[in-house]
Amino acid sequence: MATPDRVSYWNKTKSLMFVMLGLWVFFGYIIHMFVEQLNTIVIFGFPLGFYMAAQGSLIAFVVMLFWFARRQNAIDEEHHVNEE
Amino acid sequence: MANTTATTAGGGDFTSNLGRIYGIYTGGFIAFIILMAILSAMGVENVIIGYLFMGFTIVIYAVIGVLSRTMQVGEYYVAGRRVPALYNGMATGADWMSAASFIGMAGSLYLLGYDGLGFVLGWTGGYVLVAILVAPYLRKFGAYTVPDFLSARYGGNLARLIGVIVLFSCSFTYVVAQIFGTGLISARFLGIDFNVAVYVGLAGILVCSMLGGMRAVTWTQVAQYIVLIIAYLIPVIWMSTVKTGVPIPQLMQGQALANITALETAQGITLHHITPFAHGGYDAKNYFLLILCLMVGTASLPHVLMRYFTTPSVREARVSVAWSLLFIFILYFTAPAYAAFAKWTMLDLVASGLTPENIAEKAGWMMRWAAADNTLVQICGKAATDTAAIVAACAEKGVTALSFADINLNADMIVLATPEMAGMPYVISGLVAAGGLAAALSTADGLLLAIANALSHDIYYKMIDQNAPTSRRLIVSRILLVMVAVLAAYVASTKPSDILSMVSWAFSLAAGGLFPALVLGVWWKRANSAGAVAGMIAGFGITIFYLVMTQYGADFDKATPNMELWWGVKNISSAAFGLPVGFAVMIIVSLLTKAPSRDMQDFIEEIRVPRGKQMMEEKIA
Repeated sequence: MATPDRVSYWNKTKSLMFVMLGLWVFFGYIIHMFVEQLNTIVIFGFPLGFYMAAQGSLIAFVVMLFWFARRQNAIDEEHHVNEE
Repeated sequence: MANTTATTAGGGDFTSNLGRIYGIYTGGFIAFIILMAILSAMGVENVIIGYLFMGFTIVIYAVIGVLSRTMQVGEYYVAGRRVPALYNGMATGADWMSAASFIGMAGSLYLLGYDGLGFVLGWTGGYVLVAILVAPYLRKFGAYTVPDFLSARYGGNLARLIGVIVLFSCSFTYVVAQIFGTGLISARFLGIDFNVAVYVGLAGILVCSMLGGMRAVTWTQVAQYIVLIIAYLIPVIWMSTVKTGVPIPQLMQGQALANITALETAQGITLHHITPFAHGGYDAKNYFLLILCLMVGTASLPHVLMRYFTTPSVREARVSVAWSLLFIFILYFTAPAYAAFAKWTMLDLVASGLTPENIAEKAGWMMRWAAADNTLVQICGKAATDTAAIVAACAEKGVTALSFADINLNADMIVLATPEMAGMPYVISGLVAAGGLAAALSTADGLLLAIANALSHDIYYKMIDQNAPTSRRLIVSRILLVMVAVLAAYVASTKPSDILSMVSWAFSLAAGGLFPALVLGVWWKRANSAGAVAGMIAGFGITIFYLVMTQYGADFDKATPNMELWWGVKNISSAAFGLPVGFAVMIIVSLLTKAPSRDMQDFIEEIRVPRGKQMMEEKIA
């Protein structure tokens, strides 16, 4: 079962998962911890800290998920474990 | 590879024509809105417009439900695993966006300002966890229900039973909130008593889900998504155009925020809409814990996870999560704009010189809402049912000119009342009611199905009678569905709490009870049966203990003093305790007991790769 190719497949899958998890922590939490500082920057009437929670992080999540689906599918194909 | 259960007659035709069918449907719905606008202009009464909107949409859902009726197990439980990623995304969007998102969220953002954005973040970011940690692996396993996976991975019916208990607790809490929402809409727009209205809402829910199971629910949810998103966007685009001349509310929200701050300053309000960590007790700690509980809850809620069982492949399941979030995003990044424009409108109204004597003339809608339910609109601390009541209440307090703080609007009515607040024609109110109804119905359908499936498939079929014939299993499922629904309607009629709190509790219960077992089940081979059982009991136990004790106390009475909050953590984030305890107990007990067998480790290896046949095969009935 645990062939070298499978091990390398799972390692790549794991790295991708951790990259996604890191981005998730950043856009879900870290950036909002600096809301007061970011709010001093105002664009189109939006204080930036408010904007990140209302729209910015949401856009990041959507883009991340489409990118993840593509990346993971590419990893599957590279290791020939994609569905026929 | 997907079609492992029997093929179905006519299925292929339908799926290849989806775009055309839903295109015609959307056009038809828009034509219907225009027809209603014409009828309204011709002088047809408002209450009749309300009935037509709600009646017409429910009939459409019922027709889809009847057309998709099925007696095949694979169709009933997982829609034959033939739902394309994009449509599954749309169905998940409707499944996901409930009365809390549609009715409650913008209202909470209106009241809480920046701090309400915790709900927006928490209910979107969780999909990242769904995609990377859980959904594709459960799809590969090929389960019918979430407890199916727990049972296979943690060998036996004990893990399955605990899974069913957690599933039942969170889904039931959640469905009560949805029926409460349908009751609120029916009471206001159809003018019937709230206690009767919840059962009317219930009938609407049942026609969709009872006959066709997952298949019917999927195709009605796609239809409901279209109704709810149109209904959500139109009023806010309208307000944006009236206020700023630009029909892009998400962009013009910046201008709205600037105006809100200016008006707040002019009226001497020191706590600004955009100020972080200051409203309603949401300090930074509660704000971030709420986000965490909602996100993790997203990745644990069975009615959401089971939507990804319906895609044709693992690959499609991943793409489908991305589509789901895109469709959800469209509503969620509009909600803060909705709240901002509503608040701007209200501040303008107050700034125009509002007194207890002229409010009935300037904002008669408040009195109509107060008449529907006397907790919804309070002015000077009393129900604002008519001018006399308002004048009396304000005189008592010595208020002569009303300020923004004197008018207390309930969070659950703000979205529904916005069309009247901003002076839109009644047809828009009818549309919003239909949208709110679609949101509540679609989520309730998904939840009831999740509960009924767990009871019929996991308890009845897997644990009581393994030889039950298909027809009997499906009949048992339908009977249970009706029973659970009636019970939920009864609980909703007692008005246990507001919609947003009830829904948030459901997230915490799911997160505390299921998340560690699901994630470690895929990502940690060493996790074993004893660890999972102990972890689920501990995580769920702490969560529900904290929730019940702080909300009701040991005597189950809301009125008497309850247990003190631990470190000031609000009980809508109960999983803040359940989650770490669940993980810790599961890891420690697993390490103290025997490692899983070789077979089990091979099973986990197999779940981790998309290729190969799905693990759980259903014999064709």
